[in-house]
Amino acid sequence: MPSPEAPQTLFEKLWRAHEVRAEEGDAPAILYIDLHLVHEVTSPQGFDVLRARGIPVRQPSRTLATLDHSTPTSPPDASGRLHYVTEQAQLQVETLERNCEAFGIELQGWGSRHRGIVHVMGPEIGATQPGMTVVCGDSHTSTHGAFGALAFGIGTTEVGYVLATQCLLQRKPRTMRIHFDGALGPGVSAKDMALHTIRTIGVDGGTGHVIEYAGEAVRSLDMEGRMTLCNMTIEAGARAGMIAADEVTVEYLRGRERSPDGPAFAAAAERWLTFRSDPGAVFDREVSIDATSIQPTITWGTDPGMSSTLNGVLPAADTAGIERALQYMGLEAGHPLSGHPIDVVFIGSCTNGRIADLRAAAAIMAGRKVAPSVRALVVPGSVAVKNQAESEGLHRVFIEAGAEWREPGCSMCLAMNGDTVPPGKTAVSTSNRNFEGRQGTGARTMLASPSTAAACAIAGKLVDPRHIGDIAGGA
Amino acid sequence: MEAFTRLTGAILALPEENIDTDQIIPARFLTATRFEGLGEHVFADWRLDGNGAPSQDCPMNEPRAENSSILVAGRNFGCGSSREHAPYALMDFGFRVVISSEIADIFRNNALNIGLLSIVVPQSLHARLLELDGQEISVDLEACTLSVPGAGGDETFSFPMDGFARHCLLRGMDRLDFLLSYETAIKQHEERL
Repeated sequence: MPSPEAPQTLFEKLWRAHEVRAEEGDAPAILYIDLHLVHEVTSPQGFDVLRARGIPVRQPSRTLATLDHSTPTSPPDASGRLHYVTEQAQLQVETLERNCEAFGIELQGWGSRHRGIVHVMGPEIGATQPGMTVVCGDSHTSTHGAFGALAFGIGTTEVGYVLATQCLLQRKPRTMRIHFDGALGPGVSAKDMALHTIRTIGVDGGTGHVIEYAGEAVRSLDMEGRMTLCNMTIEAGARAGMIAADEVTVEYLRGRERSPDGPAFAAAAERWLTFRSDPGAVFDREVSIDATSIQPTITWGTDPGMSSTLNGVLPAADTAGIERALQYMGLEAGHPLSGHPIDVVFIGSCTNGRIADLRAAAAIMAGRKVAPSVRALVVPGSVAVKNQAESEGLHRVFIEAGAEWREPGCSMCLAMNGDTVPPGKTAVSTSNRNFEGRQGTGARTMLASPSTAAACAIAGKLVDPRHIGDIAGGA
Repeated sequence: MEAFTRLTGAILALPEENIDTDQIIPARFLTATRFEGLGEHVFADWRLDGNGAPSQDCPMNEPRAENSSILVAGRNFGCGSSREHAPYALMDFGFRVVISSEIADIFRNNALNIGLLSIVVPQSLHARLLELDGQEISVDLEACTLSVPGAGGDETFSFPMDGFARHCLLRGMDRLDFLLSYETAIKQHEERL
């Protein structure tokens, strides 16, 4: 173990600061959790454990809930009634409402201006802050690492542990730093960085590790971009991704609902800026990626590592995995990706459902029309994102282009609320997973950035967003 | 949690790599507010064809599947979503052990927390176990060994296992009791916040 004076990684600093008890022999460490985010899908059985034992939520003020996965994205009908996909989905939402009431937990529920996808809501209200440990029964909790926090997904049994004790039993993971050299080219986004990274290290390349992203291209990202990059970390098998806090982080948090106020903010900001790896800190693994080589990227297969640049060609079917993926996707080995027809475009999710993502999509769609063969959905990540977009007139851009402007939620990312891609249809999606059936039984998903998804919606086929002007004319 | 000490059971092999938890239990079955009964939907989209009829070529549909208690799956099993519904669905279907050359972190944690023994073995042994589809092997958690039929009789292999997970599984011990016993230390930490 390094001496206290030895340079420490950001991860090491956060880990040590949250150890209630260090790892010792067979016993794992007990790690204190500063913020526990809760949604309707992975929490009911956790609350049941508390109820069965007659114990309260240990720290209701460190617990924050919202409704996102099972919620409809169509507005209530004339009578104010919401149309859930099934009665069971409605029951699940009502169960969380009841649990929050019974256990004294703040819920960003129906009517709240912050209700939305849990990983959009937390940062948006300033609940996620540098130096924190953040968990949620959701693998994309890695998103919050963008703030210099240690954030990771847990299962429902562990949700119960955190509700009851505000703690988790954890083995210390290994560390990996991914350093992006140079700057991103024009028209290349954080999503392209994420897809490029997963293709580089593999969908299990990060297993057992916490990844810290560093380098000029990372520092140049806004907070939304950093969240996109950290969000996709789980798709490389690492539970947590993180980025050191800097002035961009501090400015994002200034004035947010749960951020400190007045002089307390300056003091907090000073502390936040210490959440970075010390010079000379040693990582278990180092990976370098040339950011200048990253191009707009899209997945063609059935895991997030199966991707290519938009101007690339499909690989030869030289493994059983590739063969199965190409067959499922209805694609032919060796064919170019560009020009492949598509049926659905989904812009939203915890990966790309924030205001910066909607602005990027609107910039492409402005003054253009969605191809008649394409159904395009734009689903803001939260009510606040929706309100902001409407105040900027982005919703009119989408609606005039022929896209659907829907209510906030996870929606078609995992398709459990009834928003599905039909069997055999191809969707370009700004979400995070292209697994078989992820967006509906038999649905074919291609993951891409908001710019790429918007460009494909206009073209009705796969296209590099940098070339949309050549195809659809100027905006 | 039910205790696990040793088990002799038949292997069901799913050699595909990167089997994600959306395959194990598709999201449309996640609206349940209880974990019971999910076995019915395990691998739902692999077991049913486009017309809702049972797929002929899915091993999970073979009569032997219901009597198989050991799932041997391709590398990086359980990747993707953190849904604990996945290990619950496998257990409810009848599996007590999952073996692969690599198991995704969150799935593995979840499985061990609920009593589904998840074992990572070296590639050579993994390849051999995949070939033993349908045959019986023995798993001994006390000794952390697998007994595998070979040409000259059974061969025994050790497997690595987290000491604490083993301790909990052998006793059927709930980790929440362990955590609750650290109340003083947790309180001390909270006083420093």
